Amino acid sequence: MSLEKLKNRDVSVDDYINIFEDEYPKTSWEQFKQVLRRSVKGELFKGLGIVLNIMRQALFKGEMQTVQYPAEKLPISPRYRAVHKLLALLESGENRCIGCGLCEKICIADCIRMDTRIDENSRKEVLEYTINMGRCIFCGYCAEVCPELAIVHGGRYENASEQRAHFALKEDLLTPLDKLKEQKEYSGFGAISPDADEKIKKTPLSY
Amino acid sequence: METAIIIETIIKAVIILSVFAALAGFTTYIERKVLAFMQRRLGPMNVGPHGLLQLAADGIKLFTKEDFIPANAAKPVFMIAPIITASTAFIAMSAVPFFPEFELFGYTIRPIIADINVGVLFVMGVASVGLYGPLLAGMSSANKWALLGGARTAIQLLSYEVVSGLALLAPLMLVGSLSLIDINNYQAGGISNWIIWYQPLAFILFVMAGFAETNRTPFDLLEHEAEIVAGYATEYSGLRWGMFFIGEYANLFTICFLISLIFLGGFNDLWFISGGLAIVLKVMFLIFFFLWTRASWPHIRPDQLMWLCWKVLMPLAVINILITGFVMMF
Repeated sequence: MSLEKLKNRDVSVDDYINIFEDEYPKTSWEQFKQVLRRSVKGELFKGLGIVLNIMRQALFKGEMQTVQYPAEKLPISPRYRAVHKLLALLESGENRCIGCGLCEKICIADCIRMDTRIDENSRKEVLEYTINMGRCIFCGYCAEVCPELAIVHGGRYENASEQRAHFALKEDLLTPLDKLKEQKEYSGFGAISPDADEKIKKTPLSY
Repeated sequence: METAIIIETIIKAVIILSVFAALAGFTTYIERKVLAFMQRRLGPMNVGPHGLLQLAADGIKLFTKEDFIPANAAKPVFMIAPIITASTAFIAMSAVPFFPEFELFGYTIRPIIADINVGVLFVMGVASVGLYGPLLAGMSSANKWALLGGARTAIQLLSYEVVSGLALLAPLMLVGSLSLIDINNYQAGGISNWIIWYQPLAFILFVMAGFAETNRTPFDLLEHEAEIVAGYATEYSGLRWGMFFIGEYANLFTICFLISLIFLGGFNDLWFISGGLAIVLKVMFLIFFFLWTRASWPHIRPDQLMWLCWKVLMPLAVINILITGFVMMF
């Protein structure tokens, strides 16, 4: 770069290329000629033709863009980060969470809060698990960090409710027992393999 | 005999009022559907099969909405303005022959309320009185957008009254009568007798003026939502707002009937299609054309509108009249 170029502070005009898309009419006679030219060209009718063609495609070729939303929903990616879900163990319906607290720790929005205690069998028990949906930024770190795949992001993206708390209490997030059959495994990073059903074995604890 | 005519006229008036008020509602549905298809949408779908009951839902909504009058509005004028639009739109129809004569129980019925010999003049005159509706509405609303809409009413409707009047003059010179029935009968000999072939320029000018007079989209400066919210109707709610739109759609039908009567052969038989059906088809096509242009053409600015009217269309109309006169003279 030469010194002149470096010293030139007038950057706004230099690199711009002006595009004159048309010769603008100057006199009223030129204006009138422009009107005539445009009328004869039939641009307006070309527009009509395009619109009619779109209507034909929409009606007879099924190129309708409408999704009838509440009845019909677009598929979302398996890794879409919507409202959280707590998954249950498939064998017993018990909470999969082991109360390690990693999600609470990694949460950059500081919206996950969990209370644990050591129960009679000296195992960790989760007493309270809440997510403040007003703070959550849906970054997905909690689901990424969870060693048990207990917390994942579900597919529920319609965040309309009477209260935010409706999404955020443990009993709402946890898969209920009667819906256990519908629980789908998280198919994102770190998820268990698709043939996990065959590999699953009862643990000695259940005997 | 006198009583019979009075009763017949009253029945016809009631029929026209009810049919066209209902058609105005139905046209809003059609308009929403056609515009939706042209934009690859479905339009109203949820109320009734394919949204057909949307009409009733809209009606209930309009009837039960609060009738709102702004604090600083000129109250009587504000209340009367929508009535002017709706009533002039229907009064204009009284001189329009909708169908050919037909016999019912051995009694010849002429589907026109008053066959006055200055039909065209009457229709155009009453239709232009209709400009007081939006104008007074805009001026009495105590709202700057409404005021702008009212001002635009004045420039748009006044300009295009001139063009439509001058455009009609040339075909009227050919026919030599102001009665719409005479104009219709002039074109009785099939498609080759349609006035559109003798007066193509007048046809184009009149259609453009018709767009402007019915506030349809390339020229709907009165209620340009993008610039002035809803123009003259900004402060209106409920049934008063509804009356503006009943008036607008009734005007649309009047203009479509006028175009088909004056230029497109009216209610004369078309090949094997009987006259009554022929004019309905023509009017339906014209209404579709009005919706079609709404979907495809952009708005224009007020200054472009005036420029087009006074510097292009009006001289063309005058030249057209001159040429017609010379051709008839020699």
